[in-house]
Amino acid sequence: MDSGRKALENAGIAPGQVEAFYLGNFAGPSFVGQSHLAPYIAGPMGLTGVPCTRVEAACASSGSAFFHAFSAVAAGLYDAVLVTGVEKMTSQQTPRVAEILAMAGECSTEGKAGATFPALFAMIARRHMHQYGTKREHLAAVAVKNHANGAKNPDAHMKKVITLEQAMAGKPIADPLNVYDCSLVSDGAASIVIAPLERAHEFTDRPVRILGISQTSDFVALDRKEDITVFRAVRAAAEKAYKMSGVGPKDIQLAEVHDCFTIAEIVAIEDLGFVAKGQGGPYTAEGCTALTGLRPVNTSGGLKAKGHPVGATGVAQLCDIVLQIRGEAGERQVAKHEIGLAQNLGGSGASAVVTILAAA
Amino acid sequence: MTGTVYTETLIHAAPEAFVSEAPYQLIIVTLDDGTRVTGRVSGEPVSIDDHVVLADERNGVPFFRKIS
Repeated sequence: MDSGRKALENAGIAPGQVEAFYLGNFAGPSFVGQSHLAPYIAGPMGLTGVPCTRVEAACASSGSAFFHAFSAVAAGLYDAVLVTGVEKMTSQQTPRVAEILAMAGECSTEGKAGATFPALFAMIARRHMHQYGTKREHLAAVAVKNHANGAKNPDAHMKKVITLEQAMAGKPIADPLNVYDCSLVSDGAASIVIAPLERAHEFTDRPVRILGISQTSDFVALDRKEDITVFRAVRAAAEKAYKMSGVGPKDIQLAEVHDCFTIAEIVAIEDLGFVAKGQGGPYTAEGCTALTGLRPVNTSGGLKAKGHPVGATGVAQLCDIVLQIRGEAGERQVAKHEIGLAQNLGGSGASAVVTILAAA
Repeated sequence: MTGTVYTETLIHAAPEAFVSEAPYQLIIVTLDDGTRVTGRVSGEPVSIDDHVVLADERNGVPFFRKIS
């Protein structure tokens, strides 16, 4: 609720002016035993008498909520919509958290066999290593970079710089992934206000333009995907978002990508077209995605260090791109920040949302 | 039923219901007819491209064994 209030204050909008509320949340009922979450959260913020809708798409829940809110505004239904993402995960013990998260996979096969999300991404990592020669050091390089960025982000869950040696020697979770390859179990919320561009200036003197956005899907089960080193949904969403925005991968100056696991960042930067397939590991190890690199990725610290309250992540990524575009990212501010991209992934690639933002 | 290991992982941190079985290996197998299934491993650990045979089925989960 604090997050939503802060977003409204930041946008200069009174609760009574909000015409609809979209909430991204993955598993509130399982984590905290409360359903009917959209009006539950909207009411105390002063939002009643408007449509309040919860959207669930696993870890892409609030990216998807944002996509649907955008669609409603673009269709002319509303002029001011609040989108919030939220998840409270730390009230459960780790094995129970793993069980709740595993429900975003194919329960009848993966779940029954004892799969966890780290295990699904570990199998992607193994295959990526096999097909492209990606090394353990490449995975560790993602963790080292994102921890370094998170240490500069006052809103990050973990502000701890780590070395390559530490990242290589973490407690094993699902081989070849260790604890430093995994995002954090976090509590968190993020909010953003969407308005038509022609009205946005009434609310803020620093609006950010949505250049392009797309949400797409693929099978939930990993064993239904022909090549698990590719997120087809991400490729499709990126293609549509690039087409809608009129820009290409080369024009993207910075990105927040869904690094739920280190391998996921490597696959994402390949599928978004930042680097050729199979080259994501070396590209990262060479520093191309660092704050001072060619194209900074996860300047917030990513899911790895900023944290991954799953239902909040999609909107949190967009908030960070907004801060960068406005030049308000403090110590982690990058030099070129006119066009940024956010990529939000659900499950092991069954949902994907790609959004391209630019200075208005 | 035989096939080839497409990918694998050894799970150390298990979900609540599987904690007593950890560590255990999870695999995706490409069966000889080209379809893929998710399963577990009986006996010695397997690697990508190893040939495996269906050894057992427990609670609807296929368990594969390495063919030496």
